[in-house]
Amino acid sequence: MQTTTSQTIGPYWHLIEDKSWSDLTRFGATGEVITIEGTITDGANAKITDACVEIWQTSPTASDEFPGFGRAATNEAGIFSFKTIMPGPVRGPGNTLQAPHLAVTILARGLMFHLATRLYFENEPANENDPVLSLIEDKARRNSLIARQTKTGVWHLDIHLQGDAETVFFEI
Amino acid sequence: MSEMLAPFRAYAPGTQPDNDSPQYRSTGLRHPTRPLLKIPQTITELTGPQFSPSRFPPTDNIAMNGTHEAVGERIIVEGFVRDEDGRPVANTMVEIWQANAAGRYNHPRDTHDAPLDPDFKGSGRVFTDPDGAYRFITIKPGAYPWGNHANAWRPNHIHFSLFGAGYATRLITQMYFPGDPLLDLDPIFLATADTQARNRLIAKFDLDVGKQDYALGYRFDMYLRGRHATPMEDNHADHH
Repeated sequence: MQTTTSQTIGPYWHLIEDKSWSDLTRFGATGEVITIEGTITDGANAKITDACVEIWQTSPTASDEFPGFGRAATNEAGIFSFKTIMPGPVRGPGNTLQAPHLAVTILARGLMFHLATRLYFENEPANENDPVLSLIEDKARRNSLIARQTKTGVWHLDIHLQGDAETVFFEI
Repeated sequence: MSEMLAPFRAYAPGTQPDNDSPQYRSTGLRHPTRPLLKIPQTITELTGPQFSPSRFPPTDNIAMNGTHEAVGERIIVEGFVRDEDGRPVANTMVEIWQANAAGRYNHPRDTHDAPLDPDFKGSGRVFTDPDGAYRFITIKPGAYPWGNHANAWRPNHIHFSLFGAGYATRLITQMYFPGDPLLDLDPIFLATADTQARNRLIAKFDLDVGKQDYALGYRFDMYLRGRHATPMEDNHADHH
């Protein structure tokens, strides 16, 4: 059999939203607590206010205390926000090491198939040799995946679905 | 590497919709215009979130609100979640949401003037059993108008969200009903080029899934990506 066909999540997916899911520390995880926030923008530079953003991280390892997974809605200003634990490096293909990162999935009305990207952290030396970031030939576009620290513990990344600043999205 | 996981196989050509689907107008400003970057499947993509029923309690009868019955035609939906090789995807969370019998979502942004039903919230979650089987009881959703084009109506549908074994197996889809005349007019349903693939989104009417004097039944099986036969030590990072 073939994988079932994807359909859009639509504008009413909030019926399955549980706002507590945006806090990955809610089950008692300890570590360096950080906030991940940003906006999602369309090709007319308008903020997208009905998107579902999901994150997944394999560091720290998922456990009863740490789900590794979060889901958040963009609000009326197009902003999403998560509270989580700062990831460490994880193993990559072959003998490589991947820089600390989160997998990010964007689902929304107008997206027939979810978009996959990643969030990395500015000023992390391991970014230089990260096996996924290195695949982005245009070095300027690598920045579309790199969150900036706007204040202590708060990391910001704006995601652009279209346009000059279009985020690099993946085929996995 | 303490553990070797085989990568997930690519999707069969034509079986997934293109985000650039102009007949579905909302795609216009939202689809990426640059090619997707093919990346190797690493531990991040090969593993994924796992949910337990103890922490995320199932709600397998959303046709009831306490002791109150929701309005509409009660139905039972059941099926299997399997991978492309037919292996059960066991103990995986299946989230569902839908409009009520009148075609109205219990959602502040739904402005269709069909009535809300105080006894129908319209969402639930169930888990597959060790054989990959799931089952829930709900109300048959109504069709509703939307602004895509003149006199546009969505066919009756139930939204599904599944995770499976890895981040790379995420699936969001919609289940449709057999014989719905709106399917051939729906740009979301038609956005997938492969006719057979999209027709697999139509549930099968099955009296045996239903229950005498209680509900009619529909069978809807879903398939998640299968893995390559063998783990690959380097995940083929440099063979793309």
